[in-house]
Amino acid sequence: MIPRKKHTTAPPATPASGAPRAQRTGSRTGHAGERVGGGLFEPKQLLLSLPDAVRKLDPRVMVKSPVMFVVLVGSVLSTVFAAVNPGDWFGWAVAAWLWLTTLFANLAEAVAEGRGKAQADTLRRAKTDTVARRLAGGAEERVPGTELRVGDHVVCEAGDIVPGDGDVTEGIASVDESAITGESAPVIRESGGDRSAVTGGTKVLSDRIVIRITARPGETFIDRMIALVEGAARQKTPNEIALNILLASLTVVFLLAVVTLQPFAAYAHAEQSVIVLVALLVCLIPTTIGALLSAIGIAGMDRLVQRNVLAMSGRAVEAAGDVSTLLLDKTGTITFGNRQAAEFVPVRGVTEAELADAAQLSSLADETPEGRSVVVLAKEKYGLRERHQGELAGAEWVAFTAQTRMSGVDLDDDGARRRVRKGAAGSITAWVGERGGRIADDAADLTERISAAGGTPLLVALEDADGARVLGVIHLKDVVKAGMRERFDELRRMGIRTVMITGDNPMTARAIAAEAGVDDFLAEATPEDKMALIRREQAGAKLVAMTGDGTNDAPALAQADVGVAMNTGTSAAKEAGNMVDLDSDPTKLIEIVEIGKQLLITRGALTTFSIANDVAKYFAIIPAMFAVVYPGLDTLNVMRLSSPESAILSAVVFNALIIVALVPLALKGVRYRPMTADRMLRRNLAVYGLGGLVAPFVGIKIIDLIISLIPGIR
Amino acid sequence: MSPVLAGVLQLLALVAALALAYRPLGDHMARVYSSVRHLRVEKWIYRCIGADPAANLRWPAYLRGVLAFSAVSVLFLYLLQRLQGGLPGSLGFASIDPDQAFNTAASFVSNTNWQSYAGEQAMGHLVQTGGLAVQNFLSAAVGMAVAVALVRGFARSRTGELGNFWADLVRGTVRILLPLSLIGAIVLVACGAVQNFAGVHEVGQFLGGSQQWRGGAVASQEAIKELGTNGGGYFNANSAHPFENPNPFSNLFEIFLILLIPFALTRTFGRMTGSLRQGYAILAAMVAIWIAFVALMMWTEFHHGAPAYDIAGGALEGKETRFGVAGSSLFAVSTTLTSTGAVNSALSSFTGFGGGIAMLGMQLGEIAPGGVGSGLYGVLIMAVIAVFLAGLMVGRTPEYLGKKIGGREIKLAALYILITPALVLCFTAVALALPTPRDSLLNTGPHGFSEILYAYTSAANNNGSAFAGLAADTPWFNTSLGMVMLLGRFLPMVFVLALAGSLAERSPVPETSGTLRTDKPLFSGLLIATIVIVAALTYFPALALGPLAEGLAS
Repeated sequence: MIPRKKHTTAPPATPASGAPRAQRTGSRTGHAGERVGGGLFEPKQLLLSLPDAVRKLDPRVMVKSPVMFVVLVGSVLSTVFAAVNPGDWFGWAVAAWLWLTTLFANLAEAVAEGRGKAQADTLRRAKTDTVARRLAGGAEERVPGTELRVGDHVVCEAGDIVPGDGDVTEGIASVDESAITGESAPVIRESGGDRSAVTGGTKVLSDRIVIRITARPGETFIDRMIALVEGAARQKTPNEIALNILLASLTVVFLLAVVTLQPFAAYAHAEQSVIVLVALLVCLIPTTIGALLSAIGIAGMDRLVQRNVLAMSGRAVEAAGDVSTLLLDKTGTITFGNRQAAEFVPVRGVTEAELADAAQLSSLADETPEGRSVVVLAKEKYGLRERHQGELAGAEWVAFTAQTRMSGVDLDDDGARRRVRKGAAGSITAWVGERGGRIADDAADLTERISAAGGTPLLVALEDADGARVLGVIHLKDVVKAGMRERFDELRRMGIRTVMITGDNPMTARAIAAEAGVDDFLAEATPEDKMALIRREQAGAKLVAMTGDGTNDAPALAQADVGVAMNTGTSAAKEAGNMVDLDSDPTKLIEIVEIGKQLLITRGALTTFSIANDVAKYFAIIPAMFAVVYPGLDTLNVMRLSSPESAILSAVVFNALIIVALVPLALKGVRYRPMTADRMLRRNLAVYGLGGLVAPFVGIKIIDLIISLIPGIR
Repeated sequence: MSPVLAGVLQLLALVAALALAYRPLGDHMARVYSSVRHLRVEKWIYRCIGADPAANLRWPAYLRGVLAFSAVSVLFLYLLQRLQGGLPGSLGFASIDPDQAFNTAASFVSNTNWQSYAGEQAMGHLVQTGGLAVQNFLSAAVGMAVAVALVRGFARSRTGELGNFWADLVRGTVRILLPLSLIGAIVLVACGAVQNFAGVHEVGQFLGGSQQWRGGAVASQEAIKELGTNGGGYFNANSAHPFENPNPFSNLFEIFLILLIPFALTRTFGRMTGSLRQGYAILAAMVAIWIAFVALMMWTEFHHGAPAYDIAGGALEGKETRFGVAGSSLFAVSTTLTSTGAVNSALSSFTGFGGGIAMLGMQLGEIAPGGVGSGLYGVLIMAVIAVFLAGLMVGRTPEYLGKKIGGREIKLAALYILITPALVLCFTAVALALPTPRDSLLNTGPHGFSEILYAYTSAANNNGSAFAGLAADTPWFNTSLGMVMLLGRFLPMVFVLALAGSLAERSPVPETSGTLRTDKPLFSGLLIATIVIVAALTYFPALALGPLAEGLAS
């Protein structure tokens, strides 16, 4: 959470304060189920956003949503006609609820925006006016940060705030980036390589660096972040535009149906009041989705922000839902990135326990991660307690060095000398050979087999009274993170192909790919290979998502439909991608895809719900309008509503309240679980289609019961 | 045998016959529209009209062809009627008045075949056979051409080209409609339909006395009238007339002809898009709606509770006894769910609900199975809308047949579905608000309202059937209905062709397990729901004041 750290101290005017924290940790665990939840929703947010909602009643703002603009016009019309006949409670009641409908729609948007505003405020505080120490012809001059131009060189020393985005050209420094990432541990920034980018607003903690400015003031990363979380830069996404067109045309259809109804009614001698017609119109047009549409979009972006991902455009979030090929870097994403002991394979005549014991003893003096992993494996798999170097009397430790590529221990066992060694195959073979020992026939087979499987073999040897000999092999391998296979299975069900990108040789790559369960791999990958792969996929009209951090990733990031740059990466990479992950966690790509899908599903579900609602409203309003002249039509009053006025008002009230009731769903997004399209459709149709058909019948009936209890009405 | 059982058996026989013809005809039409060869007669026609059948047209050019050809057709038909009095073969009938000539020209070119004239009292052999019957072929071929262009839009990628209108028009006529209507005419003649120029026939009447009827090319016009979902009868009584529709078998055969091409086009669609299953999914939705409407219609017409009906065994008023309630219901549903509009009974005399079912059938957009061509493109537009909603619910940008459905596609589809309701509701409202049109009403109350609503529903959907009781041969109705027919036919075609062009330019998206399957029963169900909900929501208030108020009153 970007501004989370500051949130705890933020003033109460930050509706979203603290809410996303639980979500973010939840999002990391990677369990199936509600993986992409949203922020929590608190009813008091509605109250706090009320002033903003009232401000949004401005017709110039409302006209952007055709559906809600019609409601606004309807509210004005009904108020005018209520004022013409001020003694009629019904007219005033309908007018009041129509205004509430409009207000609720604005409220939904205001609540969604409110969360971003709070985050923007804290970011603004980080972006205090800085004084830059600009280098001009070898001399240093102090200028305001706002006067910096691209290409200027500035100096920052310990305690200085970096005045703008740029690349380090000289020196190395530790930098506190918590203002941007929320992560308090300092990071190292140095000239050259892939860790040269610094961001304006961050603080240099030690040393001195020279920075070449790469962004103009006002266009820096932090500026863009503020604009994004505030929603100022929000543009309607392609899909949102398409949906808006559909909603607008539905509105036109209903407008026609209602406007032409008056002459029909007049022919039947049942002319209707303008208030009733407006009520009918507002109930029919898709107000539910019309009111929540922009809130859904804002909340979708917000869900990414809560996961510390900044999407540079809503288009990218939508594209994420459509991704059909996911390029994942092996190291850090699929595997932990260092080799670990996975099993002990003894040669014939040696038990696994003997080998494990020897392996552990010989690795105690090996402080490399690989050596530690041998000890860990011995403990976890064979229950061998870790022995400390001090507790073995008379032991002589042989530490691992890069020269010997071997570690071990010489023990004094009742006078007999026992030497245990483990190390690279070549080193151990030589060691055994020197001691006139023999190499078991199957040892060579074992090492070959492990190499073939993409692993690294380490030999374990022993010299005691029986002479020197090889006991077996330690299988070191690149360990695939837990749960990756399941995630890839889910992705496959969602119709997404995963491709692992690695610099390893094809043999190793194939083994890891098979273990992780990815669909394909690209071995010995160069940036050009990556680019070619993306182009190839795109030629088949597939949408490609990838992560990257290095400068040489930039072209591929730009080419990919969804390019997630790591915040630790170079500014070139961050510039090229359309999303930045502030946590620099490549596995997040999977969550981004899910958020993109969830965004579309929420829109579709609420649209379906909104349209299905109309059926019940017709059954409430049409008999109320015409049963007077055609008594047979009272048969359609299946809800047995108490009076025509109450029936129409109940439909209007339901229509308004359902918006508020669905605000939490719009902000959180509908529940998303990876499954095939067919199952998902079946489920969502049942919940939102059938639910949308039935819910208003129940809701309108309940409201009617309440209204009919009010004395003086009927 | 009880009349209900007879009705069910007729239905089964019809379904069996349609099922038998489905594959060969659907495949034949796919071959016709995909073939690169030209018949000699076709080459001759292309030379005559100066068209290059090999030119692949983009959508504006294709549309220009459709509109230009139809405009010329309207003009020709108009002049033919206006000059009838001075031309040979007029049988002594005078020239037609301007407003009625316009109405009839618009009606036949738009495949509506609304008739404000009585055939036997106004039109001579030349106009009937040389004008109206010709349009029965050509307007049907135009509809099929537009549908095929849309199918090509789905099937083709990264090109804007939709094929050649002139080739599609000529082939549809020469290789599909002409041979089939030839067979149809022979069968009808065998049944006893009239086909001669032998002058006046003296026909004895049931209660004594006799009538004089002139013959003509009746059977041949009858065949294309049904096959091309036209519906314009040679005689005023349309398919209730014994010369047009002599017996129960010819009745069933005519229903078969009505439904033949519209259903089979789904097979053509599946063939041309490379996935027969996609065609079946569309077919399933069409069949389900059609069967449901038949069942509803039979139920309401058989089980209308009133003493007279109980004695007669159903609502027999306005129905021919030789067809019965079942044969009439089956015909009425099939004619209003397609754009045919031929009638073998008086729709106005159906029960309140029965008339409503006929009206709702048209208001669904005539897509189950719809007119020749227009049914297919109408249902595909609804499929685009259904895919858009459902596609969102599976978390992807919606796609249909591998084509992404974006803002442009939705805009065109939405405009398409807007036009017909706009025409129906606005013109009905204006007609009711004006004093003169109301003078044409024979009835008052809900039924009177239904008469006007039915007229504009029928015209805007290019159906052509009518609630008799409306005196439609007035300048207002001739003019306004003529305009509605033309707008209801050609504006949607503009959007269909624009959509086809837009789709043809898109790259195909490969199908994955994350893609919404559109060849499954679930999708057929969703399509039905979309069609029904869109129509029901649009027309519910109007229907409530007409057929529902009438049906619920008794």
